Amino acid sequence: MSAVPSFRLDNRRLELIGFALIALVILVLLPSVLDIFRLNLFGKYLTYAFVAIGLVLCWGHTGILSLGQGLFFGLGGYAMAAFLKLEASSVANTKIQSTPGIPDFMDWNQITALPFFWVPLKSLPFALFAVIAVPTLLSFILGAALFKRRVGGVYFAIITQALAAVMTILIVGQQGYTGGINGITDLRTLLGWDIRTDSAKYVLYFVCCLLLLGTMFTARFVLASKLGRILVAVRDKEDRVRSSGYDVANYKIFIFCLASAMAGIGGAMFTLQVGFMSPSFVGIVPSIELVIFCAVGGRQSIVGAVAGTLLVNWAKTLFSEAFPELWLFAMGGLFIAVVVAFPRGLAGIMTDQILPRLGSWTTLGRSAEPRPAPTPAE
Amino acid sequence: MASNTDFLLALEGVAVSFDGFRAVDGLNLYVDYGELRVIIGPNGAGKTTVLDLICGRTRTSEGSIKFKNQEITAWKEQEIVRRGIGRKFQTPTIYEDLTVFENLELSVPRGRDVFGALMWKRTPEVIEQVREVAKMIFLRDQLERPAETLSHGQKQWLEIGMLLIQDPELLMLDEPVAGMSVAERAKTAALLKEIIKNRSVIVIEHDMQFVESIAHRVTVMHQGKVLAEGDMQTVQNNPKVKEVYLGH
Repeated sequence: MSAVPSFRLDNRRLELIGFALIALVILVLLPSVLDIFRLNLFGKYLTYAFVAIGLVLCWGHTGILSLGQGLFFGLGGYAMAAFLKLEASSVANTKIQSTPGIPDFMDWNQITALPFFWVPLKSLPFALFAVIAVPTLLSFILGAALFKRRVGGVYFAIITQALAAVMTILIVGQQGYTGGINGITDLRTLLGWDIRTDSAKYVLYFVCCLLLLGTMFTARFVLASKLGRILVAVRDKEDRVRSSGYDVANYKIFIFCLASAMAGIGGAMFTLQVGFMSPSFVGIVPSIELVIFCAVGGRQSIVGAVAGTLLVNWAKTLFSEAFPELWLFAMGGLFIAVVVAFPRGLAGIMTDQILPRLGSWTTLGRSAEPRPAPTPAE
Repeated sequence: MASNTDFLLALEGVAVSFDGFRAVDGLNLYVDYGELRVIIGPNGAGKTTVLDLICGRTRTSEGSIKFKNQEITAWKEQEIVRRGIGRKFQTPTIYEDLTVFENLELSVPRGRDVFGALMWKRTPEVIEQVREVAKMIFLRDQLERPAETLSHGQKQWLEIGMLLIQDPELLMLDEPVAGMSVAERAKTAALLKEIIKNRSVIVIEHDMQFVESIAHRVTVMHQGKVLAEGDMQTVQNNPKVKEVYLGH
């Protein structure tokens, strides 16, 4: 008898196969069948998958539903955009402005000197650090304030959602410092390398894929450790975890910070590939969309979350090209269908329905004995 | 200020009120090293609240709780656990989505901070420790089962096992045989007798037959106060106890 239960081993093996399939699709299949315009679109979808993986950790496994992940995605994206904007705003490029050398939107808003918090973002190492550190720090403060006081469940979801809304209002309202509703646009080069060319888009796409795979393995490592089991235990019986001598709040803070750091990386890759960042990716609607991507794919499965993000976005693009006004209804319907009919998402359908049927003639299905569906999160 | 005592656990003048209702009211309770204490009393007498107060889940309004002569009323729950007080909840409180092995493993009192948990290694000692406890709680052959598939009685045992693996000096059990079959009760009584050899135990129980089979000393609670205390015989013959509790 081994110490690790066999169904866990099999699930881990299954997960690795899922990882390999995703790697195959995003690294080989998509680049070989799509033109650069479509590939770049998929690159954008992949940046949402960073957030979805974070939601698998903090929502699927720990039971903390954050409806404000767009906030952290946006912070990462804005940190990257600020660096790129400063590089694009050299004195030579901006000599027609009344104050040359500052971003154009600042000039339009009668700002005559670079605000102090923009200054360090002139350095690429600092900007990359900020992409991870700013979302992590904010979620640490938020987590420390709320989890230590045992605020959780619906209250936490509402607070995160409100914060995402606050951030949008702040960005729009302070347009001299943030670029306002239009966001930070007209980004050109990264250390002199033009990111708008097709070749740069290819490179950035593959960088995004590799970072995503790295994020998937990080999430897998965390979930496979004892910490991962403690997270599930916290979701099931928080009181018992506390009564076993663990400081539950610290675990929640950790996983929430990790999820936010992942979201920040996704945001930075978004800015690089799409070429701008705006408040429309920060607020309530994008934050809820991110939750839907994760839920459709399966909120307990890393592979499911990535696949769900790609599929929903692909469907969104196809659907909204044909019937632009109907997409939001389709999205809402999809979410209701997931919650009511298949709470474990596509990953659940795969492991509970499809694989057991294949089980009679493959060894894979053995691992996929159906388990009762968990109750939907509050 | 409460006095220092030779007791493992000393509650003196402890009170707590919820919205003006005094659930526990001027309670004094002393538990000795190696003692098995049973607390009985009618519903709403404040028995479970006393356990909540000891383990820090509810804060006291007045009074002192000392564990090994250290005031613990201001400590956090996890700190109290780490100093050696374990508590079993009234309904089986286990991690349904994890296996029996994983339930027990998480209760091993090491690697309790975030980094320790991330870098945790399942060493042969851990596996041995888990197997040993699993054998005591009659779940030796069930280690790989998801805990949600266990029977009610087995879940109760699993929770007791999760406490045993913490090796607390004081173990508090809230209705450990509730919902168990007759055979399971007998096994649990035997298990408890085994457990108390090395530690002090507080048990809350309604089942009088079960109480008789295990008790050293019995405390009867009524309306947040101690109504009577003594061995089983004395308590059973106490007219006040008969009136509020046993007479029913």
